[in-house]
Amino acid sequence: MAQIFHRSTNLIARVSILGAVFIIAAVTWALAALNRSPYVTQVGVAREQPVPFSHKHHVKQLGIDCRYCHTSVEESRFAGIPPTETCMTCHSQIHATSPMLEPVRESWRTNRPIPWTRVYDLPDFVYFDHSIHVKQGVACVTCHGPVDEMPLVWKASTLHMEWCLECHRQPELYVRPREYVFRTDWAPREDQRELGRRLVREYGIDRPEKLTDCSVCHR
Amino acid sequence: MVEKGSEASWGMAALRERLAKQRGRVFWRSLEELAGDPAFVRFLEGEFPTPAPAEVDRRTFLKLMGASLALAGLSSACTRQPTEQIFPYTRAPEEVVPGRPLFYATAMTFGGFAAGLLVESHMGRPTKIEGNPQHPASLGATDVFAQAAILTLYDPDRSQVVLYRGGIHTWAAFWGALAIERERWQATRGAGMRILTETVTSPTLADQVRQVLTLFPEARWHQYEPVSRDHQKAGARLAFGRFVETHYRLQEARVMLSLEADFLAWGPNHLRQAREFILRRRAETEPTEWNRLYVFESTPSLTGAMADHRFPVRASAIESIARALARRLGLEVPEPDLASLGIDPRLVEALARDLDQHRGESLVLVGETQPPLVHALGHALNQALGNVGRTVIYTEPVEAEPIQHMASLRELAEDMEAGRVDALFIVGANPAYTAPADLDFAERMNRVRLRVHLGQYADETAQLCHWHLPESHFLEAWSDGRAPDGTVTIMQPLIAPLHETRSAHEVLAALLGEAERPGYEIVRAYWQQQFEAGQVGGFSDFQTFWRMALHEGVVSGTSLPPVSVSVQWAAIAAELAKRPARAPEGIEIVFRPDPTVWDGRFANNGWLQELPKPLTKLTWDNAAIIAPTLAERLGVKNGEVVELRRGDRQVLAPVWILPGQAVETVTVHLGYGRWRAGRVGSHLGFNAYRLRTSGAPWFEVGVEIRRTHRRHELVSTQDHHSMEGRHLVRTATLGEYRENPRFAKELGQDPPPDLTLYPEHRYDGYSWGMVIDLNACIGCNACVIACQAENNIPVVGKREVKIGREMHWIRIDRYFEGRDLERPDIYHQPVLCMHCDHAPCEVVCPTGATVHSHEGLNQMTYNRCVGTRYCSNNCPYKVRRFNFRLYADWATETLKMQRNPDVTVRSRGVMEKCTYCVQRINAARIEAKKRDRAIRDGEVVTACQQACPTEAIVFGNLNDLESRVAQLKAHVLNYGILTELNTRPRTTYLARLRNPNPEVAALLEEGTP
Repeated sequence: MAQIFHRSTNLIARVSILGAVFIIAAVTWALAALNRSPYVTQVGVAREQPVPFSHKHHVKQLGIDCRYCHTSVEESRFAGIPPTETCMTCHSQIHATSPMLEPVRESWRTNRPIPWTRVYDLPDFVYFDHSIHVKQGVACVTCHGPVDEMPLVWKASTLHMEWCLECHRQPELYVRPREYVFRTDWAPREDQRELGRRLVREYGIDRPEKLTDCSVCHR
Repeated sequence: MVEKGSEASWGMAALRERLAKQRGRVFWRSLEELAGDPAFVRFLEGEFPTPAPAEVDRRTFLKLMGASLALAGLSSACTRQPTEQIFPYTRAPEEVVPGRPLFYATAMTFGGFAAGLLVESHMGRPTKIEGNPQHPASLGATDVFAQAAILTLYDPDRSQVVLYRGGIHTWAAFWGALAIERERWQATRGAGMRILTETVTSPTLADQVRQVLTLFPEARWHQYEPVSRDHQKAGARLAFGRFVETHYRLQEARVMLSLEADFLAWGPNHLRQAREFILRRRAETEPTEWNRLYVFESTPSLTGAMADHRFPVRASAIESIARALARRLGLEVPEPDLASLGIDPRLVEALARDLDQHRGESLVLVGETQPPLVHALGHALNQALGNVGRTVIYTEPVEAEPIQHMASLRELAEDMEAGRVDALFIVGANPAYTAPADLDFAERMNRVRLRVHLGQYADETAQLCHWHLPESHFLEAWSDGRAPDGTVTIMQPLIAPLHETRSAHEVLAALLGEAERPGYEIVRAYWQQQFEAGQVGGFSDFQTFWRMALHEGVVSGTSLPPVSVSVQWAAIAAELAKRPARAPEGIEIVFRPDPTVWDGRFANNGWLQELPKPLTKLTWDNAAIIAPTLAERLGVKNGEVVELRRGDRQVLAPVWILPGQAVETVTVHLGYGRWRAGRVGSHLGFNAYRLRTSGAPWFEVGVEIRRTHRRHELVSTQDHHSMEGRHLVRTATLGEYRENPRFAKELGQDPPPDLTLYPEHRYDGYSWGMVIDLNACIGCNACVIACQAENNIPVVGKREVKIGREMHWIRIDRYFEGRDLERPDIYHQPVLCMHCDHAPCEVVCPTGATVHSHEGLNQMTYNRCVGTRYCSNNCPYKVRRFNFRLYADWATETLKMQRNPDVTVRSRGVMEKCTYCVQRINAARIEAKKRDRAIRDGEVVTACQQACPTEAIVFGNLNDLESRVAQLKAHVLNYGILTELNTRPRTTYLARLRNPNPEVAALLEEGTP
C-alpha cells in the first residue's frame, strides 16, 4: 500500500510539536497576564455606588479625617462603613434636598441600610486587621492609594498575596510615623529606608520571618 | 502492643489468658485490641480506611484527568471575585464595633438549675458559649450541653410556627382560643386545668404559676423531669424530716466515698464539684495533701474512672454496703449479709477505718440513682463522721416547689385516666416520650379535652397535643434561674427570636390574661417588685441594680445561708427495719441518662450525637451495656441485638461489652429511640423508657436477656487513632511517686538533643506550648465540643465515623489498665496536635501547606493544601483530620450564623487539625501590640482550656519562665508522648497519680473484691 502522507509532511509534524510548546507557553503567559489584569483584579476600576460619594470632595476639598466615617479603624479589624446617621449629621442641613442624596434620606426614613458596593474584598481565608496596621505606621493611602483624588473609589492594589508579602518582607520601605498615618499629603523628608528601619525598631514590628508566618493571615 | 490474633474468633477465656501473660502494666483501649481482633488490625493498618475504590478504566481515567486539568487551568486564571455589598447600620447601636465580638452574661438552665454563661456575639449573632467565672455553678467552665446549646439555637429543625391539630396556625388564634378557655375557668375556678412543667427554679416563672393558681384555685401544677432529684429529696425528708439542699465542699474532704454518686458529671453543681474535687489531686498538690476517692457503682461513670478504688457492684447491693458501713461507724443498723453479695467484710472495715480516721475531713456522697434510704444513711454517716458544717452543708431548697416528680406525674396520669383533667398545659416537657412505661401517659393524654404543648421542637408530645406552641431558645428570651447555691441569674437574650417563638413566661402571662406581654417586661417587673419589697438590694435604685445584675450575670446576695439540721434517726431506723437488706437474684437493669443526649432533649444536636460517649466511645447510638463475663455467659459480642424483657415489656437493644460494668447488670441509656426529634435525632438507638417504670426509675432486679442472633452496627471510636503502646499514659501510686518522683521521665527514651537531621528553630519571642494534667482530666468531653464550636468543625455522620473520618481536632483517648477484665482502672488522655518542634508532617508536605511558625506553631494553611494526606500518614499521634466530603453545611442559612468568623470554614479535600486556637493568639497579640506591651500569661486561652471544668489544660508562652505553662513543663511529672521519635512535642502531659489505700490494695491483691 502506498504511503498516505508524503515524506515532507514530517516537517509539519515537527513544526507543530515545536509550536505546541510555544502555544502552551503563550496560553500560560496569557492566563497569568489575565490574572493580573484589571479585568480580574479590578485595580483602577472605579466602582459604581448607590450614592456617588466622592472621597475627593470630602477628603481633599473639605478636609474630613478618615476616622470621621471609618470609626473603628483603630480598634477593629474592620475599618467600618459609616451608618446613614453619619451622613445625615451634615446632610440633614447641607444639600438636604439634593436628588443625588435621595438614597441616603430614604435609608434614614425607612431604616434600611444603603447597599454599598465592596471595593476591597479579601478572600474568606485571609484575615486582615486594620487596627494593627494603622498602629504600626501603615498609612491608609499605602494600600488604598490616593483616596483624596478619587471621585469614586477604585481599588489601588491587587490584594494578591505577593502584594501583601512585599510589605511583610520589608516593612521598612512602607511604614511612616504614626502621626501621619491618616494624612494623604505626607512624603518622607529623609531616606525612607533609613526612616523605615528606625520606625520598625521603635514600633517593635516583628522581623520579616515572623511577619510572613502563614498563620499571621491564614487560620 | 498485643500480638495479632488469628482470623478465628476470640473468647473471653483466651483474652484473660493473654492478659495474664503480659508483663508490666498493660494499657488497652478495647477488648478487640487486646485480642488482636482481625477487624481491629485491619482498621489500624489502613491509615485511612476507605470503601472499595470505584472501577475506572484507563480511557475514562485519561478523559477525567484531561478535563480536570483543563478546568483547573481555566478556573484558577479566569475567575473574578463576585461583587459583594456592604450593609452598614442606619443608626449604629452603642457599643457595637463592627469586627469585634461582645460578651454578654446570661445563663442556661439544665434540669431547672442555672449555670452562668458568657456568650460571644458577633454583631448581634451569638457564636460561642463560655462559662461565667463569677457564677457559683460555672466558675468559668462549661459542660458539653452548654457548649452545644449554641447549635440548638440555629437548628433548622426547631419548631418555628404555632401548630393547631398539626396545621400551621397563628399566635393570635391561640390567644383567642385561650381567652375563651379563661372565661370557662373563671366560672369553674380552673377545675380540671393542669400545668405540667419541668423543674422550676426561676423566681419569675414560679411567681407566674402561683398567680395562675391563685386566679384559678382548682387548677394544679405538676412537675416532671425524667432525670429528677426525687430520691435526693425523699432521702433528705427521711433523714431530716424536711427537704434541704445538700452542698458538698469537696476541697475540704480528704476521704470520699461515693455510693453511685457521679458527682463529677451529674447534677446541677457538677462543674463546681469537679473543680473542688481536683484541687487536692493536681500534679502540684503535695502528696500529703491528696484526697482519696472510693466509688461503688454498677456501671462505670466519669466519677468512677477518677476513683482510687472503684468497686463494680450491682446497684441493689449498695444499700447493704451503706448499712454495713453505718454499723461499723457506730449507728444502730442490723448487719447485712455481705457474703451473699460477694463483698469481703474486711474491705468495708478498711473503708470504715479510713473514714473514721478522717472525721470532719471525710464525705459520703450518694447518687440520685440510689433509693431514699441510702441517701438518708449517707446523711446519717456524714453526721456521725462529724462532716456536717465542714465537708457538707445544708441550705433551704432552691427549687420553687420541691415536689416528687414521679409522684406528681403519676397523679396527673391517674387523674387523666379518671377524666379529672380538662385542659393540660405542658411547658417544655416531653412526657409522651419520657414518661415511664407503666403510666401509659401518651395513651391517657388522649382523654384530656384540651392539650397544649410549648416546646422548642414539635416532638412526640406536640404530636399528641391540639396546640403546639414553639418555644424560644434561652438565648432568645428573657428569663431567670437560680444556681444550686441559690444565686439568681437574670438571663438576657443575645438575639431576637429567629422564628415565631415565645418564652414560657410569655405563655404563662397569657394564662393570666396578659397575652403578648413581652418577656422583658414580665421579668423586669418581677424583679422591680422584689427590689421595692427589699428582697434584693445593695443598690440605690432599681435601674442600677438591674444593670449590674445583667452585667455581672449574678444577683449578688442571693445565695442561701447554711441551715442547721440534724438527722432524726428514729425515722431511718423504722425504714431500715421495714426493708431488710436483701440479696437479689437475677440480672438487674440499670437506667442512666445518656452522657451526650441526656434524657433525649439534645437528640437533635449533631455535635452531641457525634461526640463519643466518655466511656464506651460510642457515637450516634445507645446500647445494652454488659460486663465481659456476662457477655461470655450469654455468648454475645459487641453489636449483637438482644431482647431485654421486663414483664410484658421488651425492647431490642444491641450489646456493648464494657469492662468495669458490674457483672449481673445491664445498663441502658435514656434519650434514644425518639421518633419525632428532628432529622438528626429521630430513629437512632432504642427507647429505654419503654422498660422504665415509675416505681423503679433507676434500677430493678429481674430483666431477661434473650439472644436474637441479629446484628446492629454500633460505631465506637475507641479503636480509632490508636497510637499503640509505648507508655502513652504514665501513672503511679502516690507511694511509688514518693519513692521515685522521676518515674514518668524514666519511662521515656528521649534521644540526645543534638541527634537530629532537622534544622534547629530559634524562638526569640513567644514560644507556645501546652500542658495537660492527667490528674485533673475527668474525661468530660467539654473541650471536644468547645473546640468544635470555636473552630467550625463539621459533623460527619455515623457512616463516616465508622470508617474513621470523624473531624474532632481534640479527642479523648480512654484506656483501661490492668489484668482484670471486670475491674480495670480507667484513664483519660486528651490528644490534640502536639505542635512538634520536629514535626514529621511538615517535611513530607509537597506544597508547603503545613509549615513551622517562628513561635513554634505547626501551621496548617488550607488554601495551599491539595489533599495528598502525606502529613497525616506521617503523624505518629494521628491528630490530623482530612475532609473527605464536603462535611460543612454550606446551605442551611441558620447554621451559617453559628460559624466563628475568625476561622476559615474548610472545604473538602483539605487537611485540618488543631491550631492551638491561633485566632485567639493573634487577637491577643494585636491587642497587646496596640497597647505597646507583651502578651501576658493567661491572656491567650484556647477554647478547650476555657471550657475545662478542672483547668486540666494550661496554655502559654514557654519562653516566659514565670508563666504557668513553663512552670508545669519543669515539673517532674511532665512527659511527652512518643518522644522517642524525636518529635519534640509542645503538648505534654503530667503523669497521673493515684492514691490507693494500702490496706485495701492489699486486700485486692489477695483477689477478694
